[in-house]
Amino acid sequence: MRYSGFRVIKEALTGHKGWRPAWREPDPQPNYDIVIVGGGGHGLATAYYLAKEFRQHRIAVIEKGWIGGGNVGRNTTIIRSNYMLDGNEPFYEFSLKLWEGLEQDFNYNAMVSQRGILNLIHSDAQRDAFIRRGNAMILNGADAELLSRDQVRREYPFLNFNDARFPIQGGLAQRRGGTVRHDAVAWGYARGADQRGVDIIQNCEVTGFRIENGKCMGVETSRGFIGAGKVGVAVAGNSSRVMAMAGMRLPIESHVLQAFVTEGLKPVLPGVITFGAGHFYCSQSDKGGLVFGGDIDGYNSYAQRGNLPVIEDVAEGGMALFPGLGRVRLLRVWGGIMDMSMDGSPIIDRTDIDGLYFNGGWCYGGFKATPASGWCFAHLLATDQPHPTATAYRFDRFERGYLIDEKGMGAQPNLH
Amino acid sequence: MRLGTGGQIDRETKLSFRFDGRYYKGHPGDTLASALLANGVRLMGRSFKYHRPRGVLTAGSDEPNALVELRSGGRQEPNTRATVIELFDGLRAEPQNAWPSLKFDALAINDRLSTFLTAGFYYKTFMWPAAFWEKLYEPIIRRAAGLGAITTKPDSDAYDKGFLHCDLLIIGAGPSGLMAALTAGRAGARVILADEDFRMGGRLNAETFSISDMAASEWATQTIAELSALPNIRLMPRTTVFGAFDHGIYGAVERVSDHLPVPPEGKPRQILWRIYTQRTLLCAGALERPIAFANNDRPGIMTASALRAYVNRWAVSPAETVAVFTNNDDGHRTAADLIARGVKVAALIDTRPDAATVSGTELLAGAQVIDTTGRLGLTGITVKLANGQTRKLAVGALGVSGGWNPNVALTCHQRGRPAWDERIAGFVPAGDLPPGMTVAGAAEGQFSTHAALAGGAEKAVRALTDLDIEATLPVLPDSEDAPTRITPFWHVKGDKRAWLDFQNDVTVKDVKLAHQEGFRAVEHLKRYTTLGMATDQGKTSNMGGLAVMAELTGQTIAQTGTTIFRPPYTPVAMGVLAGRSTGADFRPSRLTPSHHWAQEQGAVFVEVGQWLRAQWFPRPGETTWRESVDREVRATRGSVGVCDVTTLGKIDVQGRDAAAFLNRIYCNGFDKLAVGRVRYGLMLREDGIAFDDGTAGRLAEDHFVVTTTTANAVPVYRHMEFARQCLWPDMDVQLISTTEAWAQYAIAGPKARKLLQKLVDPAFDISNEAFPFMACAEITICNGCPARLFRISFSGELAYELAVPTRYGDALIRRIMEAGAEFDVTPYGTEALGVMRIEKGHAAGNELNGTTTALNLGLGRMVSTKKDSIGTLLSRREGLTTADALNLVGLRPKDPQVRIPAGAHLLEKGAKAVAANDLGYVTSACYSPTLGSYIAIGFLKNGQARMGESLRAASPLTGEDVEIEIVSAHFVDPEGERLRA
Amino acid sequence: MIINHPLLGPCDAQEFVYKGDFRLIDRPDGMAESAEAAFFDYLYLRENPAGAHRELWFHEQGDRSWLVVTRNTVTHEITNVELARDVARSMGRSR
Repeated sequence: MRYSGFRVIKEALTGHKGWRPAWREPDPQPNYDIVIVGGGGHGLATAYYLAKEFRQHRIAVIEKGWIGGGNVGRNTTIIRSNYMLDGNEPFYEFSLKLWEGLEQDFNYNAMVSQRGILNLIHSDAQRDAFIRRGNAMILNGADAELLSRDQVRREYPFLNFNDARFPIQGGLAQRRGGTVRHDAVAWGYARGADQRGVDIIQNCEVTGFRIENGKCMGVETSRGFIGAGKVGVAVAGNSSRVMAMAGMRLPIESHVLQAFVTEGLKPVLPGVITFGAGHFYCSQSDKGGLVFGGDIDGYNSYAQRGNLPVIEDVAEGGMALFPGLGRVRLLRVWGGIMDMSMDGSPIIDRTDIDGLYFNGGWCYGGFKATPASGWCFAHLLATDQPHPTATAYRFDRFERGYLIDEKGMGAQPNLH
Repeated sequence: MRLGTGGQIDRETKLSFRFDGRYYKGHPGDTLASALLANGVRLMGRSFKYHRPRGVLTAGSDEPNALVELRSGGRQEPNTRATVIELFDGLRAEPQNAWPSLKFDALAINDRLSTFLTAGFYYKTFMWPAAFWEKLYEPIIRRAAGLGAITTKPDSDAYDKGFLHCDLLIIGAGPSGLMAALTAGRAGARVILADEDFRMGGRLNAETFSISDMAASEWATQTIAELSALPNIRLMPRTTVFGAFDHGIYGAVERVSDHLPVPPEGKPRQILWRIYTQRTLLCAGALERPIAFANNDRPGIMTASALRAYVNRWAVSPAETVAVFTNNDDGHRTAADLIARGVKVAALIDTRPDAATVSGTELLAGAQVIDTTGRLGLTGITVKLANGQTRKLAVGALGVSGGWNPNVALTCHQRGRPAWDERIAGFVPAGDLPPGMTVAGAAEGQFSTHAALAGGAEKAVRALTDLDIEATLPVLPDSEDAPTRITPFWHVKGDKRAWLDFQNDVTVKDVKLAHQEGFRAVEHLKRYTTLGMATDQGKTSNMGGLAVMAELTGQTIAQTGTTIFRPPYTPVAMGVLAGRSTGADFRPSRLTPSHHWAQEQGAVFVEVGQWLRAQWFPRPGETTWRESVDREVRATRGSVGVCDVTTLGKIDVQGRDAAAFLNRIYCNGFDKLAVGRVRYGLMLREDGIAFDDGTAGRLAEDHFVVTTTTANAVPVYRHMEFARQCLWPDMDVQLISTTEAWAQYAIAGPKARKLLQKLVDPAFDISNEAFPFMACAEITICNGCPARLFRISFSGELAYELAVPTRYGDALIRRIMEAGAEFDVTPYGTEALGVMRIEKGHAAGNELNGTTTALNLGLGRMVSTKKDSIGTLLSRREGLTTADALNLVGLRPKDPQVRIPAGAHLLEKGAKAVAANDLGYVTSACYSPTLGSYIAIGFLKNGQARMGESLRAASPLTGEDVEIEIVSAHFVDPEGERLRA
Repeated sequence: MIINHPLLGPCDAQEFVYKGDFRLIDRPDGMAESAEAAFFDYLYLRENPAGAHRELWFHEQGDRSWLVVTRNTVTHEITNVELARDVARSMGRSR
């Protein structure tokens, strides 16, 4: 069924009787050509592009809970491609381009809103670094714009331009950045994949990999063995847990990142702003809540919840930047599990086990990467070759010293 | 309307307030909601999506409907629940989410269009043409959405934070909480009793039954009086415990001044308390839930317990004639109370055919409310009787009771998931509660007063016994002990819209549609329909939605499960979470020893991390910063300059193994450094990337002083402690950070020695022969002041760094200036410091950016291969040693007067500005007054081999594209003759 | 969170800085034959368990001890706290 304004009106006039489930609830088949483990944004996008762009068949996505329940369901909804390093920028720019046509592509309104993202500058050294980054973006075909303090002030007059501890000196803007209705991304991909024959199997937990003679034959699940020609794992947050079942240790730690939303407000914040002298980034959802985030709590955790110090720290950042927030009330705090990698960049690669492929290590960057991650992982699964924008995301880069470390923090995952 | 007698209000005192442009009167003890109802105002707000008229649904913090904008200007507070605002004289509140007025709201058109605006309709449309989403649809949606507004003016009030510690935290001061506090208080335990209400007592304030032969509210008052007399109990009314965090830490907000027109002088508006407790007893009571039926959202329709509370506690009835609709016995209590207070109850409608009768009104057993009327407030209801006939009743208010939900939110803030209890048809706390937490009273599903009192006492004794505090069970006062009788009933079937989430306008139909479209998991249901995402976070709506979904899927409610309860329990102001860390106090400001002196000189300061450093020292007549900086550089290179370098990290390293230890910390050798000498050292991270650079001076065989960059003072110290304690625990070496113990000044320039000789005590010979470049010594200056002197140079000049204990720092800068007057000594700031280091090609933060290696920095040969120091091994990885690795080079513009932008990328002349042609980037740039040219340093692929080549520094971001020549980064005095002079 | 410091008693976790898996104590010998592989394993690969995790915390705003804290990464429960120096010695580290 195609969605459209016409269809909405027609259904409204006929009692909404015609709407069908957005995806089927099939039982697992005994085997598939390709099994994707993980029904989050990346897994669903992978299945969608495998079916649509790479003409693969007999695909299943296996999810231990409900689809879209991982980080695609609990992020701060920001999309951008303001990266600096060669290994990253082409990939994230590819992703942003996919966002730009996504809704028409999968016929689902995910509310991609290119309202712009602004990274604030508070020191000369920061400006130098942002100029380098902005230039790298332009060299890679992305858009970037350097704003003076006055220009920032014109766009965001209510930021602290009076008594800031770290005065705003300008900003690096990416106008094509913005926000997306995050849950709808999972649903749109799921629906699009389902329509192309992909089996989306919820409440089916992978309990092991069947590996024979160095080849992955399929996955053991809570609903029995499912054979597969290839298995792609996209379970960021739980990568270490799942890959341990294949005997692998990863260059990844799991950390908790908290995210926040306030009560609904009439429009106040036009775009996405990122504080440069504390960790705080914020946008306003179409529903009206201010959605924001900050630092990870900093300790390994699978608990999907964090603690008070970071909540306070983030609120301090928010108030330092935007003193008018004082009486806005925080409505909800939640936590997600971040696959924090050793250089802050992801991995999309084959493993040493034949037929077993891995996608993970997304750190904070997973949501914005969803379309390109799906596309590139699908490319790898379908062709056994990395997509041109994802050639740097290899497992062996740590061993060989080809690190992609945007923040320059080294092998200390909680600092990326 | 206000009833003639009763209520916990001070009728003697009148308070004036304004709502929606009209003035009213109320009394102390009123909430805004009770005062409005007393004045006959039922319409208080509009719903989110359909802009339906809304009145109060509850009498507490779970209110989803009666949201107002309170106060104005820097105190304007959107989405404030009228049900929790204590009335004060002069209160001003405005309706929100309504235009042009509350009574006539243009966007109520949405209600007419509701058949098109079903759950998730926006996911299916607004996609064509693609550009229209952002340009047309989204702006319209954004404007229509949202609830209240803020002014964006800075908050006028202050907030505080504090810590509290106790043995037992009791959350909720209803019957169970009060009884628990009494039990624990008498036992001598340190107790905190926190309650969100301004009047403690919980439901006891809203009921008519008695405890120990006195009114329940009177018993509460007496108990509170006894508790206040106990020194070991802290009573905290107006305090919401909003979150249960790890290891017994609870977040709580005390509303210190929200009940006053403005905070008293010196008082905060609110305080964030972090309560550290051994044990917690949750006595948070239960919340009544509505029943869904057609048009059940009109102003005047509220929970039965709210209706009862308004009548009993505030002596207010929303209407002269009311009705009650229930599926359980508690609705009967509401009817009885209303009748007792003289309110006319048109009928008691009970869904149960076998409901017991009640005197004073007609019982309609086995009946259901199937529709209502009244555009801006309830005028009547239609009841479908057990026999199938319908009857219309003219009523101005309807109390609805669908049963009670134990208030389990805090039990679920960690891993807890509640379990379904058929007895009360509700979820009760189950396993995995936050460690140390127990639950008593209605919060655990014990709804009678007796059970609450008994549960509070017993749980308190048990918690204290756990802590080895002896406690005895008190004699319980007599109280009612009625059983809970309920026959679950969630929604009246029908074609019209029946509301589940009143704020977000989620109806039974929306849940059905979600089910039809496959959004059946509770989380999908929530996210697709927005059920439970309102400001009450589902307190009034989730249960109904789950029940409807369970019915549709054929599963039990227990199987359907709940969404996750997250902090905060009720919304918390951002201001109180930030406390005092705002504005200029966002982070501490660290001041250098010469700060006050520099201020006197009119220095311009710059933030360097938390430090404030002098950036330059403008002199009269100088109009641009460049003039000042150029002068400072010329004066330093021409005669002598002085700069406060205290912010650089200093670490004292002592012990027999100090040298061996540093030999492993630095990639270059330190074990053979002679006493009295300094060496430049480069530290690598274990991954082989340059971490930090600085110097280490050997003051004695077993004593070194290490310096770090300002930014890395703390991380380097941490790293060295890690190495000392974890990697080589038996080395005899001790570390202490002395960054703030020593004031340190760089004195640089050809006249530096002459100046210093005037300060250094005569016993110390600092001639070039006795104290050459890279010498260090402990000396005295100014007649016996202990000092350390290092002959090191960042500027490339003959230079020293002179350190004295911090307390002499201010005196020393003044003495230096005095002594140096004859040489025209010039203070210089971080800008001139930066210019001179770029002129010398010294790496700093822009070059040590966490991705560069010794090889990149041109220091590859420093990395000793003869020893195992941190980072050496991994610095040799293939990817870090490629032939085209970046090298630090100097850059000179073809035209000396054209600036090279830092952050520009290096490209071949004529090459297209695309990533494939990227050869490197400019890290640091400045104007060199020494060379009369702009210069820069940066990283260039295989740069050492490209000396003399012409390239471009392109910065499309700033619109600059500069032709440059690749040169050595050592622009000034490459042979180092000056610094050895 | 609260860390029960073996010398100082219960301290707020905010006083500490976190580093990670306690195996970072077990630094390989950089001069050994197969040092490269050992260092890669040491620095980059993690067990990252869901459950008991022994991890390094530095009491930066306290006595500057490095501690090995045994904490459950699912529940955050802390079951043991040791001085890292003692742990290091027990792992055979010395000079």
